[in-house]
Amino acid sequence: MTGERNGTDMATAAAGQQDSAMSNGEPGRALVATRRESLGRAGLDFGSAWDYAPAPETVKAPIAERYGLYIDGKFVMPTGKGGVGKGKSASGYFETINPATEGTLSRVAQGTAADVDAAVRAARKALPKWAGLKPAERGKFLFRIARRIQERARELAVLETMNGGKPIRESRDVDVPLAAQHFFYHAGWADKLPYAFPGRPAPRPVGVCGQIIPWNFPLLMAAWKLAPALACGNTCVLKPAETTPLTALRLAEIFEEVGLPPGVVNIVTGDGRTGAALVEHAGIDKIAFTGSTEVGKRIASAVSGTSKRLTLELGGKSANIIFEDASLDQAVEGIIQGIYFNQGHVCCAGSRLFVQEGVLERVKTKLMIRLASLRVGDPMDKNTDVGAINSRQQLEKIREYLEIGASEGASLCVPSGEGGRAGEGAVGSDAKAIARASSAGLPEKGFWCRPCFFADVQPSHRIAREEIFGPVLAVMSFRTAEEALVRANNSPYGLAAGVWTDKGSKIFEVARKLEAGVVWLNTYNRFDAASPFGGFKESGFGREGGMQGLRAYVEV
Amino acid sequence: MTTTSRLDVTKTYKLLIDGKFPRSESGRTLAVEGASGRVTSHVCHASRKDLRDAVGAARKALDPWRHATAYLRGQILYRMAEMMEGKREELAEAIRTGAACEPGSDVKAAKGAGGTRALANRKVSADDEVMLAIDRLVTFAGWTDKYQQVLGCNNPVAGPYYNFSVPEPTGVIAVVAPDAPALLGLVALLAPVICAGNTAVCVAGESGSARLAASVLGEVIATSDVPGGVVNILTGVRSELLPVIAQHRDIDGVHAANIDAASAKVLREGVAENLKRVKVREGVDFSDEAEGASPWWIEPFVEIKTVWHPSAM
Repeated sequence: MTGERNGTDMATAAAGQQDSAMSNGEPGRALVATRRESLGRAGLDFGSAWDYAPAPETVKAPIAERYGLYIDGKFVMPTGKGGVGKGKSASGYFETINPATEGTLSRVAQGTAADVDAAVRAARKALPKWAGLKPAERGKFLFRIARRIQERARELAVLETMNGGKPIRESRDVDVPLAAQHFFYHAGWADKLPYAFPGRPAPRPVGVCGQIIPWNFPLLMAAWKLAPALACGNTCVLKPAETTPLTALRLAEIFEEVGLPPGVVNIVTGDGRTGAALVEHAGIDKIAFTGSTEVGKRIASAVSGTSKRLTLELGGKSANIIFEDASLDQAVEGIIQGIYFNQGHVCCAGSRLFVQEGVLERVKTKLMIRLASLRVGDPMDKNTDVGAINSRQQLEKIREYLEIGASEGASLCVPSGEGGRAGEGAVGSDAKAIARASSAGLPEKGFWCRPCFFADVQPSHRIAREEIFGPVLAVMSFRTAEEALVRANNSPYGLAAGVWTDKGSKIFEVARKLEAGVVWLNTYNRFDAASPFGGFKESGFGREGGMQGLRAYVEV
Repeated sequence: MTTTSRLDVTKTYKLLIDGKFPRSESGRTLAVEGASGRVTSHVCHASRKDLRDAVGAARKALDPWRHATAYLRGQILYRMAEMMEGKREELAEAIRTGAACEPGSDVKAAKGAGGTRALANRKVSADDEVMLAIDRLVTFAGWTDKYQQVLGCNNPVAGPYYNFSVPEPTGVIAVVAPDAPALLGLVALLAPVICAGNTAVCVAGESGSARLAASVLGEVIATSDVPGGVVNILTGVRSELLPVIAQHRDIDGVHAANIDAASAKVLREGVAENLKRVKVREGVDFSDEAEGASPWWIEPFVEIKTVWHPSAM
């Protein structure tokens, strides 16, 4: 790919500072992070020396006042009829906002059952020609799309950050480059499919695919869904998440630019009702859904009586295991990447941290120091590490879990409100700590949650079992590798896991025995178009990316 | 001296659960009639409790089985084929004997719901069917240490990482066998499942021959080297057992073929329970050796695990 390396080194900018803080600190000193004890003296106080001048991204992404639905190669007005779409807005549109300011960005169409029907019909009509196209030609469309995403990368990144609240550094360095890579990678598969399925010389497309994507990586998820489907000769109806429709609609402009035949991709915006209409539509051959396990099960139930194919990429409560013989500074950086990347709105977030007993206190201390150096705030600032929570609804859910965790007896550890000043922290299970996590020193407008973790967590606690989908980590300890494995696997989920140790034989044995679809060893939250992603157990089935990801989009 | 008046010792076949042969805890049995309509033997009529016991046994057996070396699993499957070869006559006789189950039993109700129906399969003699079943098992004995190389791969990620994907067993799989072919139908569905390191709870087809053949197969398995609990075999009634399979949260997947639409629907609804992987095949011609030997019969019961590690000096 065009010079972009992996594009996923999201924490490298801050890593340098962290390293120096560590080497100047007192790594051997075990600091006890019990309740209400300040960890303030653990780090060095640089005063305001680490305060950064604002560095706002200046590229502008023009946004229209209103967006229609992208059906059959055209932007069309929503019908506002057909059983869904009522109640939100009489005119069939709803507002989409910037979660960092709560300001309205645009109004997008609430797709109705009639709109979904029109989209499915357009996809069906386009199917024979698209599926019958010479595979290499199909691939060339995808190559073109990848190129245009790269060329419009900054604009897409700005739009992604405005609509979703994620730091511009992440949308610029992770989301958009990976979206381009997904199209580029799958473009090349279009004329090589027989080689992906040994003994099956003539894989055929599944047909019309209904694809429902979440709000945490709006453009990237659109790419994950569309690229393999199109490469395999399917046509698509994509339903972006309610809160983050803008980059998918911008992608539609790119489809127009590259001359993608009308109807091959249709984009219907709306809320859950639009998604339900898509799932229930009789003209759909396959449903691909990324989202919560709860909704995934409802979709599975709706699809069970039909011949529709289904892939689900659902929730997780992924374990990150740190052994005593790990490189601890590296591991702490991995914890940070694992749980605070994208405000913790990551299905594979390493939200359960298991630390081997002997290094528990040291890890907690280092974690607190590192947390204090994370800059929370304006997502459009290039120095921001943690942006805005995606929606008020999600923020309320996270706050509820903060209260649940405290009431269950875990200790909430939150760094001070002064971003960039290492070592200041608050530990406690009272309302003050919770308030600090979500308000002190943060902008008044917008949805915010300071990165934090719970210590003294028991495996039975809800914060150790349920997906929070926010920057909240549950820290637990273990004694032996066997215990770590049993506890890591003791979850209905099985999406991802992390292991940190410098001992090669141990790391592979633990990796082998972890029940997780993605296992990151001495790293975390790495993604690549060539690397299959997807879960074991109730984290869903089917893979996205890599050779195995093609399977969901062909009949063999 | 021979006597013509000797009374046959008719047999009641038992269930295979956890490597042992219990009777159904319910005490129920089903009669199997010979071609002449005479009751030749009985099989146990497995209850929901028997099914749950079998799932418990399969779960217990899972870790050692999936972590056994692929070479060992291959040898054990081959040993199973060897034992079947030695019982070819008995297996063929089982297929020939059971023509239909006793009228008036629970099976009748199942029939009413579209239950027992032998679906179209190329006609093969009982002897040929046994040979096909043995050969299918041998094929999968050979797959145990190869499917990983076909279904997995290294991934050329754009960064300094070593990255590979490997298939791992899904877990406890319910195998729901068709009514016909009696033995081959069961073996063809079971072999790919255990080949990949899953453990199995099998529900035999509802024809008399399917029940007898499954029972004899259970005796073969127990005398081969297959560890107890890896394969559990129940004879019973689908309409009773399938809802339990669908709702059971400790069953990770289902492999079924050529069953009635109502049964298939019940199984598919189980996906919403715990996202179990449900593969219900339709119109399978089990005597198609090329199709049945494909690694794509293993693929629905493996989970792709992708592993990353940084690569640096």
